[in-house]
Amino acid sequence: MYKIIITFALLVFSSIATAQSDYNLPLGVTDISQKVYNLHMTIFYVCIAIGLVVFGLMFFAMIKHRKSKGVKAAQFHESTLIEIIWTVIPFFILIALAVPATQTLIEMEDNSNADITIKITGSQWKWHYEYFDHDFGFYSLLSTSPEQIANTKEKGVNYLLEVDKPLVLPINKKVRFLVTADDVIHSWWVPAFAVKQDANPGFINEAWTRINEPGVYRGQCAELCGKDHGFMPIVVEVLPEKEYQQWLDSQLSSVLLAKEKEQQDLNSGMTMEEAMTLGEQVYLSLCAACHMPSGEGIPGAFPALKNSKIALGDVKKHIDIVVNGVEKSAMQAYGQQLSLKKLAAVITYERNAWGNNTGDLVQANDVQQPANK
Amino acid sequence: MSDKTLVHKKNNQLIAKLVSVVMLMFLFGYALVPLYDVFCDITGINGRRFVQSTPQISGLNESRLINLQFTTSVAPDMPWKFSPMTKTIEVHPGENKVVKFSATNISPNTVVGQAIPSVSPGIASLYLNKVECFCFNRQELKAGEQVEMGLSFFISSDIPEDINTLTLSYTLFNVTAVNQNKQPI
Amino acid sequence: MSTLVKNNNKKADIDDFDHAHDEKPRGIMRWLLTTNHKDIGTLYLGFSLLMFFVGGAMAMVIRAELFQPGMQIVDPNFFNQMTTVHGLIMVFGAVMPAFVGLANWMVPLMIGAPDMALPRLNNWSFWILPAAFSVLIASLFMPGGGPNFGWTFYAPLSTTYAPDSTALFVFAVHIMGISSILGAINIIVTIMNLRAPGMSYMKMPMFVWTWFITAFLLIVAIPVLAAAVTMILTDKYFATSFFSAAGGGDPVLFQHIFWFFGHPEVYIMILPSFGIISTIIPAFSRKKLFGYSSMVYATASIALLSFVVWAHHMFTTGMPLAAELFFMYSTILIAVPTGVKVFNWVATMWRGAISFEVPMLFAIAFIILFTIGGFSGLMLGITPLDFQYHDTYFVVAHFHYVLVTGAIFSIMAGAYFWLPKWTGYMYDERLAKLHFWLSLISVNILFFPMHFLGLAGMPRRIPDYALQFADFNQLVSLGGFAFGISQLLFVVVVVKCVRGGAKAQEKPWDGAEGFEWELPSPVPYHTFSTPPKVK
Repeated sequence: MYKIIITFALLVFSSIATAQSDYNLPLGVTDISQKVYNLHMTIFYVCIAIGLVVFGLMFFAMIKHRKSKGVKAAQFHESTLIEIIWTVIPFFILIALAVPATQTLIEMEDNSNADITIKITGSQWKWHYEYFDHDFGFYSLLSTSPEQIANTKEKGVNYLLEVDKPLVLPINKKVRFLVTADDVIHSWWVPAFAVKQDANPGFINEAWTRINEPGVYRGQCAELCGKDHGFMPIVVEVLPEKEYQQWLDSQLSSVLLAKEKEQQDLNSGMTMEEAMTLGEQVYLSLCAACHMPSGEGIPGAFPALKNSKIALGDVKKHIDIVVNGVEKSAMQAYGQQLSLKKLAAVITYERNAWGNNTGDLVQANDVQQPANK
Repeated sequence: MSDKTLVHKKNNQLIAKLVSVVMLMFLFGYALVPLYDVFCDITGINGRRFVQSTPQISGLNESRLINLQFTTSVAPDMPWKFSPMTKTIEVHPGENKVVKFSATNISPNTVVGQAIPSVSPGIASLYLNKVECFCFNRQELKAGEQVEMGLSFFISSDIPEDINTLTLSYTLFNVTAVNQNKQPI
Repeated sequence: MSTLVKNNNKKADIDDFDHAHDEKPRGIMRWLLTTNHKDIGTLYLGFSLLMFFVGGAMAMVIRAELFQPGMQIVDPNFFNQMTTVHGLIMVFGAVMPAFVGLANWMVPLMIGAPDMALPRLNNWSFWILPAAFSVLIASLFMPGGGPNFGWTFYAPLSTTYAPDSTALFVFAVHIMGISSILGAINIIVTIMNLRAPGMSYMKMPMFVWTWFITAFLLIVAIPVLAAAVTMILTDKYFATSFFSAAGGGDPVLFQHIFWFFGHPEVYIMILPSFGIISTIIPAFSRKKLFGYSSMVYATASIALLSFVVWAHHMFTTGMPLAAELFFMYSTILIAVPTGVKVFNWVATMWRGAISFEVPMLFAIAFIILFTIGGFSGLMLGITPLDFQYHDTYFVVAHFHYVLVTGAIFSIMAGAYFWLPKWTGYMYDERLAKLHFWLSLISVNILFFPMHFLGLAGMPRRIPDYALQFADFNQLVSLGGFAFGISQLLFVVVVVKCVRGGAKAQEKPWDGAEGFEWELPSPVPYHTFSTPPKVK
C-alpha cells in the first residue's frame, strides 16, 4: 500500500515536472512573468508538502486503525496545545508565502516611467490598439475563417488564436497599457507577459510589461463579454527595437496613403458588383456576428436585416444607423471604424442581399458625413 | 398552554429581530452605492473623484515635472468626433493650466453628450483639481456643429513623489434620451 | 415517494402517542399542505435531486459542445445560457435546497424539538421554490433566450446588453432569495427556542452548529443579492444608472455588491458540509469528534472572515495596491481555520476503529478532495498569481472541487448516513459502493485536468477553444459524461431503499451519536412531543 502511494506521488511529481511546456503556467518572456511562475511553483510545492503530510497521516490511520483489524478506539478528543500548534504553524507558512507575493505585486503595480503607451479598447468582439505617442491605431479581429469554426474546413495551427492585425511591440522597452472598453467589460490577457487587466467601460486601467524576447505571443479575452467572448483573441508580435521602428514608420506612412485613397473613393464610384463583393466581406467580418450571415439576426437579441424596415426603407436612415449607431443598444457607430467606401459597400450589400432586392447602390459620397459637407 | 404562548411570544420577538436584520441588510445593499462613492472620494480608488476647485495661487513646485496624458473614448452609440487637442503636456505641481478638447457632431441630428472622466493611477485623481471643465455639464451640439471645449486645472503640490505620469481619460456618452436637466457630475 | 409516505404512516400509527395530530390529507394535497418538518425535508431533498439532474443535463450540453474544437451542437449564445443557468440551478436549486432539506429533517431531531418553530412558513418557503425555477427555466424559451451573462451577471452585460428575458431572471432570483431567507429564519428560531432542556449551545451537534452559523450568513448575505438584482432591474428597465458610467455609475460597483453577497454565499454552501462530515467521521471512527469547541470557533471565524474577502474575486478590475494587499492577506488567512477543521478530522480518525461504509467513503473523499480545492483556493488568493489564474479553467477546477467533491459529496454522505433512519430500510451497500467508486473516479477525470487547462491558458465560459486544449477537453468531457451517468445509480439506490430492503435498526451505525438514533427507524411522523433528556 505504501509503495502504491509513493509511486503515485512520484508519478504526480514527475508528470508536473515534465508538464512545464504544455500544461503548466508559461514561464513567459518578462521578468515579472518569471517571478510569477516561480511563485506559482513554490506555492504549489508547499501545497504538495502539506498535502503529503496530512493525507499521509490520514492514510496511515485508515490502514492501521481499522475496525476490521480488531483495533479498539482511543478515547482522547481534545488538546488545546495541539490546536494551538496547528493554528500557529499554518499561520507562519502563510506569512512566508505572503512576503514574496507582496514583493512581486508591488513590482507589478509600478506603472511609472514607461517608454511607450498603448491604449487598448475592447468592444464586442474585437480589440482596438492606439499608439498613444503617434496618431495611429487599428482594430484587431479574429482571422480564423467561419468555415473552420463550423468544421467544414480543416483547422489551422493557430485556430482561434490568430488575428488580422496583431499588436506590434518592441523588446526591452517599458510598455504601459491603458485599458478600457466601449460596451461591456472585457479583459486583456497575455499569459506570456503575466498581464491581465479588465477593460471597464467609462474607466481607464493601467498595466505594464517589458518584454525580453522577440516572438509572437497569444492570449484571449478573459471576461465573459457576450456571445463571441470566445472569439476575440489577442496576438502580440514582439520585434527587436530597430525592426519595430521600421514597422512603425511604414505604418505611419500608409496611414497617410489611406487618407488620400479615401479622397479618391469620394470621386470615383463603385459598380454594383464591386460594392456587393466588398460589402459581403465587410458584412461577414463585422456584422454577421450579430445579424447572422443569413441576415436573419437572433430573435429577441439582435434584429434581422432580411426583409427589415431599415434595409428596405429610406436609404438615409439606413446610412445613419450604420454610421452613427443606435443609442442604448449593441449597434455601434461604424463611421469611425470603416472607410467611407467600405461603409457604402456594406450598406449596398445589406440592401440587396438575401432577397432584399432594393437595387440601391450607395456610394462613398452618399455616406460622407454632414459635417464634412 | 402558558408554555406554548410563552414560546410563541419568544418566537415572535426573535422573528421580528431577524426580519429587521433582513430589511437592514437590503438597505445596506443600497447603502453600498453612496458608501462606495464616499470611499472612492477619500481614497480615489476608481479614479473618479472630481470637485470644482478655485485656482491655485501658491504652492508652485518648479522642481518637479509631471507628465500628463489626455485620451478620449467615444461610446459606441455616440456619433461625435472627440479628441484632445494636446495629447501630452508637462506641468509643475501647483501650476494652473488650460487644455482644449475638440468635439464635432457628425450626425444629422442634435445630440447631447456627457463626458465622464477617469484618471489612472486612480489615486492621482485626488490631486487633480479642476477649475473649469466641460465635463461639469452636458454638452449639446447641433448637426455638424464643432466646438472647442476647455479644461482648466492644476495638480496639487502635495502629489506623492512616485506619481510622475498621469492619464486623464474622457469617455463621451450619448445622453440625448435622458437629457432632462443639466446636472453636474 | 408514496411508499415512503405509507411506511411513515404505518409507523406513525403504531408509535406516535399523539394520534390526534396524525390526520393528514392523502395524495398530492398532503404534500401541498404539509407543515411536517419531515415531509418538507423530503420535498426539499427531492426537489434538489431533480434540480441536480436538470443542472447536470445543462452541464452535459456544455461538455458535449466542448468535446471537440469547433462549434458542433449549440450556438455560442445558447452555450452562454447553459453556463449561466447551470450555475444558477446548481447553486440555488441543487446545493442550497439539499442543505435546507437536511436541516429540516435533522435539526429538530438532533435538538429534540417536535417540529420546526414555524411550520406553516416552512411549507411556504419550500413551495415558492418550484415556482422560481419554473420561471427561470421558462425564460430559456423566450425569444432572445434566457440569461446569458454568467451566474455572476456582471453589469453592463446584464443590463444594457442583456436579453429581453432579464426581468424573469431577476424575478426568479428574488423568489429564490425569499425562500432562502424564510428557511434561514425558521432554522434560527428553531435552534434558539426549541432545544431540549439542558442542551446548551456548546452541547449542540456540529451539524446544528454549522447550520446555525449558515442561517445567519443567509439572512445577512441574501438581502444584499436582492438589492443587487433590483439595481440590475432598474438599470435595465427604469433608466437608473447604478452601474453605467454614462450616468455617473460604475460597473465595478456591481462586482463589489455582488461579491459582498457572493463570498458569504460560497460559505453558505460549504459550512453545512463541515457539519455533516463532523458527524460522519466520528461515527465511523467510533471516537468522539476531536476538538469540538475549536471546530465551533473555526466555523464562526470562517463565517466572519467571509465578509472581508470579497474583492479577491476582483483583483484584475484595477484595484489600488493597498486594497489588493488587504484582500490577499485576509483571503489566505481563511486557510488557518479551514486547516484546523481538516486537522481535527484527521485527529478524529487517528487511533479510532475505522470502518468504511459508504457514508464514510464519501466523507473521506470529501476531506481529500475538498482540501485539494482549498489548496487551489490558496493559490488563487495570492494576488500576483491570480492575475494568471483569474477567469481560466483553473478557477473552474477550483470551485468544482469545492462544490462538487465538497458540498455535493457531503450531501451524498449525509443522505447515505440518514437514509436508514428516514426510510426504515438499509440501502443496497453493494450498489452504493459502486456509485461511490464510479463517482470518485469520474469526478476526478472530470475536474482534475481542468487545472492544467487553466494553467495552459484556456479562459472559462468559452464555447470553442484552440487546438492545444483539445485532448484534455475530450478527457474532461468523458469524465463529465461518466459522472453524470453514475449519478443515476444514486437514484436507483435511493428508490430501492425507499421501497424496501433489509430492516434498519434504531441505530444502524454503532458509532453514531445523537437523539435521532434513539428514535425508531423509520422515524415516526411525529417525534419528541415531550423533549428528550440530555445526557
